[in-house]
Amino acid sequence: MPDRKFLVSPGPHLWRGQSTSKIMYIVVLALMFPTAAGVYFFGYRALSVIAVSVAAAVLTEYGVKKLRKRAFVMDGSAVITGLLLALILPPTIPLWMAAVGSVFSIAIVKEAFGGLGHNIFNPALGGRAFMTASFAMEMTTWVLPMGFAADAVTSATPLSERFIWEYKDLFLGNTGGSIGETSALLILIGGLLLLALGIINWRIPVAYIGTVALLTLALGQDAIFHILAGGLMLGAFFMATDYVTSPITARGRIIFGIGAGILTVVIRRFGGLPEGVCFSILLMNAITPLIDRYVKVRPYGLVKKVRSEG
Amino acid sequence: MSIRLKSKSTSYGVKVPESKLTAGSPIEPIPLPERVIIPLHQNIGAPCEAVAKRGDKVLTGQKIGDSERFVNAPIHATISGEITGTTMVINPPTAQLVTALVITSDGKDEWVEPEAPGELETLSTKEILDRIRAAGLVGLGGAAFPTHVKLSPPKDKKIDTVILNGCECEPYITSDHRVMLEYGEKVLSGLNIIKKVLSPDNIYIAIEDNKEDAIDHMEELITVMGFKEDFKIIPLTTKYPMGAEKTLIGTILNREVPIGGLPLDVGVVVHNVSTAKAIHDAIFEGKPFVERVVTVTGAVKNPKNLLVRLGTPLRTLIEYCGGIDGKASEVILGGPMMGISQPDLDFPVTKGTSCVLVKESSPIREQDCISCGRCLEACPMHLMPTVLAKYAKAGRYNDCKEAYIDDCFECGACAYTCPANIPIVQYIKVAKSELIKRAANK
Repeated sequence: MPDRKFLVSPGPHLWRGQSTSKIMYIVVLALMFPTAAGVYFFGYRALSVIAVSVAAAVLTEYGVKKLRKRAFVMDGSAVITGLLLALILPPTIPLWMAAVGSVFSIAIVKEAFGGLGHNIFNPALGGRAFMTASFAMEMTTWVLPMGFAADAVTSATPLSERFIWEYKDLFLGNTGGSIGETSALLILIGGLLLLALGIINWRIPVAYIGTVALLTLALGQDAIFHILAGGLMLGAFFMATDYVTSPITARGRIIFGIGAGILTVVIRRFGGLPEGVCFSILLMNAITPLIDRYVKVRPYGLVKKVRSEG
Repeated sequence: MSIRLKSKSTSYGVKVPESKLTAGSPIEPIPLPERVIIPLHQNIGAPCEAVAKRGDKVLTGQKIGDSERFVNAPIHATISGEITGTTMVINPPTAQLVTALVITSDGKDEWVEPEAPGELETLSTKEILDRIRAAGLVGLGGAAFPTHVKLSPPKDKKIDTVILNGCECEPYITSDHRVMLEYGEKVLSGLNIIKKVLSPDNIYIAIEDNKEDAIDHMEELITVMGFKEDFKIIPLTTKYPMGAEKTLIGTILNREVPIGGLPLDVGVVVHNVSTAKAIHDAIFEGKPFVERVVTVTGAVKNPKNLLVRLGTPLRTLIEYCGGIDGKASEVILGGPMMGISQPDLDFPVTKGTSCVLVKESSPIREQDCISCGRCLEACPMHLMPTVLAKYAKAGRYNDCKEAYIDDCFECGACAYTCPANIPIVQYIKVAKSELIKRAANK
């Protein structure tokens, strides 16, 4: 055998082959369920908001990376941000506003903090908060599902007090609301897919939804209504579980879910806004670094040096 | 009570592809090498001093290196012939340069007079330990810790449990598996010697459930050899790093070895199955440790399990297996998870070598951590690997220390599972060596 030199590299010499982009595109796939519901119920309007938001997000990511002289990787994270933002917007939002919100999400909430992995706030939720402050009227105008019909009939959002509803419609999504938030069923399918594939962990959604259920029961309200209406399901499965902006430890994730649940109920019950999911997750995003600092894992063998019996 | 106990598992660790290409290949002795290179430091602990010099004629099994220190195992000539020189080699586990003696074969393989075979009833514990030390035995699972030291717990430490480790959780490696199948009697006989030395209350043989044939075989042998009352088999879920000592103790006994402590601090001693076989050889056959089973696998023409004299260069092993297949670019001493890549094929098989893996390497691009938490779920030491890597990257070595970096044994489960391809273990190694340097400068 001829004398030759071999490559020397650090171990391990084997990888699962999982990658950030694979994970992101699986999330995109799971998001197709609520997206389909949104398009089914809100027709062309929904479709165009989604298209504009996603396109704006990807282009902004590309532009910012060029400005920062960093490599642009089509890792799917910008697609998720654009898609998620569209799903939490009213179907009637003017397209240019959706574009502005999407640009803000990527350029300010994500890239200004250093890009994927470094942002403190969930980009889509940050974008939505920005739009709520900037376009108050358009962000609170709701229509009843009209499918691909042309006429839109304005309606109250389920969480406002004037609303008349049935559980079945809330569960299937046949109700007024943001594009991707109305169908609890399809959100659940997407969420369960992520759980089954090990992409997300059960702790945050269970702690979050469970806390909302218990608190609303304690306040003498309809817990099922509070779970199905508004953005809780989408928020709990797709936004509160955002790796980057939620705690890394198992216990931290439980704390995060409970905290978001309490805040959601407090805002819904006592706050000035009908919905509290967006701001409660953003507030928990803000204290995530604190949770990660103080909630640690107990290392194996961190015990007093005592002999076991025997 | 039945011999086979209920299967156990752990929630930590990772599922890795097994790639046990050679699980069905019987152990083949390879022809005697013309030349062997024998490093004088092959164990954890003190190195040996040469007790033979250039020009000396040596017999197979003749001692050529020894030390006064307790934590050390002597080194023997593995072929008969003449010491024709010395060379320097890099000892993979420590990355230190060590002296090695080169022996050129006379082709006769003449052995030293073996020690008279012992009888277990008549040998005292001290005689057993002396023979084990004289045979140069070290832990063969990879750590290469001198066996007689592991069998000499301080008097105030009562050992209540012995675990015989037949997990072999690294992908590709099958040497322990074949040893259990082909030398099962010797393994159990060696375990019986361990039992005499430590007199524990419980003795478990831990085997991963991907080696069903080995579990069945050992179960049968235990009955045939009359160890039914003494030895129990615990099948374990196939998961990496199940065979790591601390993981094993946690999984089987639900005990945690204290940080900085040893298994004997919780009343446990763990030995590898091949070590038990070598203990049998040392006591009952009077044979010093001069050969071992090495799996040569991956991108070689014919992957095999070989019985190899220590000191045989990797080149000889790979040539015997038909050479490198395809465009493989990496040669790894050990398994793919914890093995160390070698720059060339000159390095010899040492006591701790269980595998030579030839692999095509796939360059990976490191990305930013997305805090997914997969490494935390994988870490058998329940550490926060990505946090350690972040601290190490930022030069915050004291923070690494406070985050228990010393508890990491570099199994690589974290890096294996990382979607951002962060070479976490590499960062941790850098931080550890930096911390050692700082401690030395104080």
